[in-house]
Formats: sequence, structure tokens, C-alpha cells
Amino acid sequence: MHVLRDMIEEGAITISVKVSCPSIKNILLLDSEGKRVAVKYFSDDWPTNSSKLAFEKFVFTKTLKTNARTEAEITLLENNIIIYKFAQDLHFFVTGSDDENEIVLASVLQGFFDAVTLLLRNNVDKREALENLDLILLCLDEIVDGGMILETNGPLIAEKVTSHTIDADSPLSEQ
Amino acid sequence: MAQPLVKKDDDRDDEADYSPFMGIEKGAVLQEARVFNDPQLDARRCSQVITKLLYLLNQGETFTKVEATEVFFSVTKLFQSRDLGLRRMVYLIIKELSPSADEVIIVTSSLMKDMNSKTDMYRANAIRVLCRITDGTLLTQIERYLKQAIVDKNPVVASAALVSGIHLLQTNPEIVKRWSNEVQEAVQSRAALVQFHALALLHQLDKGKCSLTFGPMSLDPLYKSGNSTQSGDRPFYDFLESCLRHKSEMVIFEAAKAITDLNGVTSRELTPAITVLQLFLSSSKPVLRFAAVRTLNKVAMTHPMAVTNCNIDMESLISDQNRSIATLAITTLLKTGNESSVDRLMKQITNFMSDIADEFKIVVVEAIRSLCLKFPLKYRSLMNFLSNILREEGGFDYKKAIVDSIVILIRDIPDAKESGLLHLCEFIEDCEFTYLSTQILHFLGIEGPKTVDPSKYIRYIYNRVHLENATVRASAVSTLAKFGASVEELQPRIFVLLRRCLFDSDDEVNFYIISYIASLNYVVRDRATLYLNTLGGDIEIDKDVRDFLFGSLDIPLVNLETSLKKYEPSEEAFDINLVPREVKSQPLAEKKAPGKKPTGLGAPPSGPPSTVDSYERQLLSIPEFANFGKLFKSSAPVELTEAETEYAVNVVKHIFDTHVVFQYNCTNTIPEQLLEDVIVIVDASEAEEFSQVITKPLRSLPYDSPGQTFVAFEKPEGLPTTGKFSNILKFIVKEVDPTSGEAEDDGVEDEYQLEDLEVVAADYILKVGVSNFRNAWESLDPDSERVDEYGLGQRGDGLSEAVNTVINILGMQPCEGTETVPPNSRSHTCLLSGVFIGGVKVLVRLSFGLDSTKDVAMKLAVRSDDVNVSDAIHEIVASG
Repeated sequence: MHVLRDMIEEGAITISVKVSCPSIKNILLLDSEGKRVAVKYFSDDWPTNSSKLAFEKFVFTKTLKTNARTEAEITLLENNIIIYKFAQDLHFFVTGSDDENEIVLASVLQGFFDAVTLLLRNNVDKREALENLDLILLCLDEIVDGGMILETNGPLIAEKVTSHTIDADSPLSEQ
Repeated sequence: MAQPLVKKDDDRDDEADYSPFMGIEKGAVLQEARVFNDPQLDARRCSQVITKLLYLLNQGETFTKVEATEVFFSVTKLFQSRDLGLRRMVYLIIKELSPSADEVIIVTSSLMKDMNSKTDMYRANAIRVLCRITDGTLLTQIERYLKQAIVDKNPVVASAALVSGIHLLQTNPEIVKRWSNEVQEAVQSRAALVQFHALALLHQLDKGKCSLTFGPMSLDPLYKSGNSTQSGDRPFYDFLESCLRHKSEMVIFEAAKAITDLNGVTSRELTPAITVLQLFLSSSKPVLRFAAVRTLNKVAMTHPMAVTNCNIDMESLISDQNRSIATLAITTLLKTGNESSVDRLMKQITNFMSDIADEFKIVVVEAIRSLCLKFPLKYRSLMNFLSNILREEGGFDYKKAIVDSIVILIRDIPDAKESGLLHLCEFIEDCEFTYLSTQILHFLGIEGPKTVDPSKYIRYIYNRVHLENATVRASAVSTLAKFGASVEELQPRIFVLLRRCLFDSDDEVNFYIISYIASLNYVVRDRATLYLNTLGGDIEIDKDVRDFLFGSLDIPLVNLETSLKKYEPSEEAFDINLVPREVKSQPLAEKKAPGKKPTGLGAPPSGPPSTVDSYERQLLSIPEFANFGKLFKSSAPVELTEAETEYAVNVVKHIFDTHVVFQYNCTNTIPEQLLEDVIVIVDASEAEEFSQVITKPLRSLPYDSPGQTFVAFEKPEGLPTTGKFSNILKFIVKEVDPTSGEAEDDGVEDEYQLEDLEVVAADYILKVGVSNFRNAWESLDPDSERVDEYGLGQRGDGLSEAVNTVINILGMQPCEGTETVPPNSRSHTCLLSGVFIGGVKVLVRLSFGLDSTKDVAMKLAVRSDDVNVSDAIHEIVASG
């Protein structure tokens, strides 16, 4: 009955003794009207499409008036840390819980942003992103797996996405 | 169809909202997906179609089960293609389609082949896909490959396997636990990310063990194990401190944060961490500034002095472009600031308040409140600030935070009372929130009369009587009456005002007005009448009036309403003490399967009486029970038989001070039988403190006509004695002739096993609500308070299950709606009220918290009229 007693006494119950790794709740890429270009959710905080859309709209409007074009910006909304950066008509967001290391979250955003910049050959805008949506989706897939961070180095992510190395299994004749 | 996905280098049309997916339509794309079945696969075309499918899914489009299955099957054909780009898209779409178990089997072999491929990219991705879609049975088949992959020389493959392991640990821990050797080996990997993922997995596998490694992120899971296992001598402190000099900001910050999070950290230990955080405060990167100021803000709650060195940097952050950073800086400064800096600080904040969101404003208001309590001499500027922001635009929560703060300041700082009350008066002149208006009026009624010049508040209050909705008008009338009762020289003026209130509604006033107490419009006039009567004439304002006006009404309003409706005008005045205080639970629907049995035979079924009043009357009419005294509580009926059995029996537990009476309500459901001399044989061997005193048999139990038999026990006085009782129904059966309805003369003795019955602690507590928990709590002696904490372990449904369990164990009345836990809450406070046997009032405050492992912790604080009862409540919970 008194298992958690010490934790309460230490006030740790509120800080919550965290035993998991940094985890990402979602990565969003929205356009300048807040519409989806590509999004990926890893947590169950937003179970339905409408709750996801509501969250996107909320985050988009809350950050719209800020200047996040040179450096990534950060805010705390509804117990989530949101790191964001804008480029042309694209808005990049990474969301994590409020007990995450902000700098780790920021490195995920930076990795995503750098990789997209490379993949779109510096034409970071909505049209280019949609025309290369396959690359954007692969990029998201290479950064985070089920909330766990896989890679945050932009050039490495981009390389993984585009790596069209030769299929080692195929017979020479097909190469 | 043209190929819109291929990059067009030639003239783009410059339409602003051009999209390659314009006009995309699910049906058409599903049609296109047929190309997957072509014998000659066009890899590029297939990739495009998959992209379109993914686009649809990403936009929130859903596929029906049939559509998803169809797409999935045709996608599996694409494993024939050796095109790498296409294979990547295939992996993606398989994950998105999340196939069912029987579909997974179709791709398993293809994926397993890829897992053993020489191409690293295939291996890494196939592992991730397979682990995502697989179930436990398949996992044992691929386990060998996964273990290999963990120690794969390619870091991407190793990371893929390790991350998959972390996910699988949630669903198949027993399998992942077998991999610890491989994971240990991966910790030694030269690739930082592999180290990081391996450490993360290892940490979750075995929280005690960990090895030291240095990498940008590998510190993260590492220190956490250090923090959770070590707290005394802290061998990790030196390591953390050395990390403060690491080249990566991420590590520096994590180490600094870890140090500030240490249990019982000392100022000395904090210093190096604070120093690096201070450097971050002037970083050009908003993320670093935010991270640092947020951490320092937290430190300031416990070690305000340790943070004062950063005050200058902190002040420059008040004008930070990023309002989150500015808010955190301000609230930190408010916590660390000294008396002399308050005025300067307030000036800076005033400029800043107008352009931040409400949620930030609330944080600031709360910080200002605690600052004011810290430096009471500064109340003037702080109160001014609060009243200024009170006049500005804002939502309910924000306004409530301000009003609450002003109220607290008025209570705690006597000098602030006059100005504070006037600010509140001004606020209600133009307040759009009924709740706040009534709260303020109530507060005015208590505090206003105690001021030097109570008359100056009358105008504000009386204005409300005219200009507001019914709820506020009613409150205003009450407040006026309170002034009248407390301040003698104001009485004549108040009478005049109250009389005017009588014209509040213009319909014909009649006596039955009181019957419609539910209608608030009437209440206004009603209250005015009432107060006139109580105050009027030359009656001295005695204690009763005071109690009536200022005391809290601890009667459930529903019961009062029912009683008032029943009340018929007569010589006898309405006696509020006769209103039952027990909160009625929803009447249990008696399941008697209506319609199945023919009714009308014998007497019409007279269901057992269900209200306390009638129970008491009935019990006291039985001579044997007459000397048991006043009935304390009757439980809801507990069924002792399954539904649809020959005999239906339920029991009601009646608790008296020194006795317990079990009332067995029996129903005979066999038309061909008449039961006689029905008794219940009770075995109380598991209820040692109870001794049986009386058994009252039921002479005759005809078909479908319920009757009662009673068993009474003696028990120790006043104590919540508990026990378990087993019951056997014993009776004489007589056959009934179905045609004549006559019973035979000779009967046979028979028994019928009933279910066990328990007397639990909750039987000794009455559900009695209070209207204002806070007032009630504060009116009880703080010395009677007993506080303890309990760990409730894991609960399936988060907090709400834990909350309900404890409420049920205690059997008390939840107050102010605190029994409902908002979804996804990590903490919750539940307020309970009740009356313990012996008429002892008990209040309970439960604070629940949820930690990351879903363990529920509970803090239980009890106050009551009797310390022993407070202890008893803890015993009940501890043994529950």
C-alpha cells in the first residue's frame, strides 16, 4: 500500500520519475493557411482525425504571428512543448510532452528541416514539397519510429531517403 | 493520365494554390492501384500511386475494410520489383494500412527475406515494418534475426532493431528480455545513436544496471537511471557535473536539468548547473533561452536564492519576442525578486500583459498573488495591478484567477481589505460571469459588514438587484440581508430596499410561491420576504438568524425541494430539521422480469419500502426492535440470489448504534408453492464481534407476494465493526392446488442456500453532502486532521477507477462534482463528505496522482468532529 509513498513525499509524483527515452508526439508540416502538407502522429493524445485537425489549427494560429524564420521558436501549449520553424509558405512543427528535453526536440525539428531543404534542393515551399511528397514522407519515416528518435542529422536523413544504392541481392545482369 | 508527380522543369503555372493533388479522388486512386497487378510492373508509376494513397491517408481520408484489404493485397505483389525507391514506398504503405493478423502472414515471408538481404536499407526497414505489424506468435519466428540485427555492424540496422525492441517491450516483454546480451553488446557500439538506442532499451529492460558512455544523447536515459536509483550519496553527481562541460548543448542542458531535479538538491550542488543555465539565457536561440528559463523557474520554487544571480539576464528577457520565454522570466523574477524591485517589476509587467495569451496571464496573476503574500507592505501596487487587469478583456478562467487572488489578499492582508472590496464592487458593476458575481456578492456579505463604513457597498449590491439575471439578483438580496443582520444602523435602509425587492416579479404573489423554489425568479422575491420576516419587527437578531444567513445549508437541495413541495400550509410551520439529509441514490430498479409472470394472483405485489423514513417506521413498529434507538443508516438492497431463481431474496442492512438488523426481503416465484415459517439461518463465525439477538420469522410467503424476515445482531457501540455472514433460507413448503389456490395441510421442511453478506465500513457512513466544502473544511478543527499517503498500484482506467474505488470503500458523498475525473488527467482532487456513526461529521480530501508507470498514488486528509473517527477513516482505507 505504501509503494509510492516515498515518491509523494519527495514531491516526485508531480515531477514524475521518468524512465523512458525522449519521445516525439507528432511532426507536422503545414502550409501558410494551416492546411496539411504532411503530418505524422506517434501518440494517442489525438485519437481522431478531427482532434488532430483541431490541434493543428490551434498550434498554427497560436504560432502564426511569431517570427520563426531564422531560428526555431518554442512554446508551451496545453502541456506540450512545440518547436517550430517557418520557411516560405511552409510551417514545420515538432511536438513533445512538457517534460522532454527542449533541445532534443529542437534537434529533431532541425534534422527534419535540414533534410527537407536538401531533398527539395533549397526550394523549400509548399508546391515543391507536394511535388516531392514521397520524399517528405520517407523523410518523416527515417527521423522517428513510433515516437522514438531514429536520426537527427539532416544530411544523413536525406541520404537515407535518396540512397539509391544498388540492390545487392539482384543479379548483375539486372544492374 | 499525365504524370503530375514528375518534376516539371519547364514553365510552371504560377497559380498560387497549385497542387499536384488537386482534384484527387479516392475512388479514382483505388482504380489506379490496379497497376500493381500488372505483369510488367512500372515501378515509377506504382510509386506515384502509392504516394497518392499515402496523401489521401495523410489528409485524413479513410479506407473501408474492403478497400484497405484490396490495396494491401495488390501492394504485396510489388515485392516482385527490385526497384529500391518503390520498395521504400511499399514499406511505408504497409505500415500505414496496419494490416490484420491474417493479412500479415502474406507479407511475412517477403519481409523476412528482406531482413536477411545484403542491402542494409532493406534489412533496417524490413525489421521496422515487421515489428510494427507483427503479433507475438510471429515474433518467436523472427527473434533470431532480430538478435542478429541488434549487433549488426551497420548502425542503421542495429538502431532499427533496438528501436523495434523498445516498442515490442510494451507488448511482448518476455521475448525482448531474452535479448539483453545483444543489447549489452550494442551499448559498446561506436555509433552514438546505436549506443543511445541500446542504452534506452537496456534501461527499460533492467532499471538497475547501466554502463557509462559518452555520446550526445546517450546521457539522457543514463542519468535517469542514476537519479531514480541513487539519492543519498549521489555517485552520479560528479559525472553530471562533468557533463556540464560537454561540448554538446543538449548534454549540458540535460545534465543541468538532472542536477536541478535531484531529490533534496543543495544550493552548493545547484551552483554549477545554474551557471551554465545562466549562459543559455543570453543565447541567440529561443529554444535554449526557453529551456534555461523554464528550468530556472522551477528551481525558483524551491531555491529562490540560488536563482537571484540570474536576475539581470532574466529582466532583459521580459522584452523577449517569444512571449512564453517572457512569461517564464517574469514569473521567475516574481519568485526571486526582493521588496525593492517589486515596483519596477510591476511597471514592466503592465506593458507586457496586454500582448500575451490568457493562459500566460493566469500564471502571472498567480505569481503576483504569492509575491503579495510575501511582501504584504507592497499590497498597494500589487492590488492596483490586479484591479487594472481585472478591468481589461479576458476569459472566465483568467478573471477567476484575478478575483481569487484579490479575495485571498483581502483575507490575509487586513490593510488591503477596503481597497480590495471596492475593486470587487466595481468589477461586478460590469461582470459578464454569473458565477463570479455571485461569489463576490457572497464574499461581500461576509466581509463588507466588518469594514469601517459598510454603507458604501450597499449601492453596488442594490444595483445588482435590478440589473442582473435571477441568480445574481438572488445573491444580491441575500447579501443585503446579511448587511442588515450585521449592521444595526443600516437596518432601516435595508428594510426599505428589501421591500422594494418584493416587486421583483410582477405576477400575483401567492402563498404557493415557496413550492416553486426551483424557479430562481421566485427565489429572489422569496428571499426578500424571508429576510424581511427574519429581520423585521423588533425581534432581536439572535443566533438563529445568524445561523440562517451565514451558516452553510448542509441539506441536499433536492431533499429540501421535495420536502417543500410536500409541505402543505397549516398551523405547523415548516421545520427545516425534518428534511432528510441522506442523499438519495438512484432508486434501484427492482428487476422482477415484468410481463413474464402472470400478475394479479393474490395480493398486488407490494415492493419492499425503499426510503429511510419508511424503513425506520416499519422497524420501530416491530416491538423487538423498538429499543434499538434511532436508525442510523439503511443500505441499498443487496441481492442474495441469482435472478430468475425459485426464491428471490435481497437484504437491507439497518445500522443502529449498538445493533445491526438484516431485513431479508423474500419473494416466492413458484405458483404451486406456499412457504411458511420462513427464517434465515445466519452463520456469523466470520463476524466475531457480532452476536445474534433476535430472529423474526415470516409466517407465510405466498406466491409473488414479498414478505420480510429479520435477524438482529448486537455489536460494539459506535465502532465500524465489519464481518461476513453466510445465510441459509429455511422454510416449510406446502403444495398449492393450482385450480383452487388452496394449500395442502402438510408441508415439508426445506433449505435454500443464499449468498454471503458482508457488513463493511461504508455501512457506518452516511452520504451527507455539504454545499461549500472549503467552508465546511475550515470550520472543522485542524487538530482533528489526519493525513497519510497510499500507493494504489496500477489501475487500468487511469485515475477515475481509483477515485471510484476509494469513494465506494468509504461510502461517502462526493462534493462539488469532484467524483468525475477529466479524461487524461495526471492528478485529481476529490472531496468527500459524510456523517460517521454517532453523528460525527467527516470530511475527506483525496489527492490522486499518476506517475509515468501508471501507478496511482493517493494522499488522504481527513477532518472530523472526533479525532478517533479521522483515524478510523484511515483504517478503513488501509484495509480496503
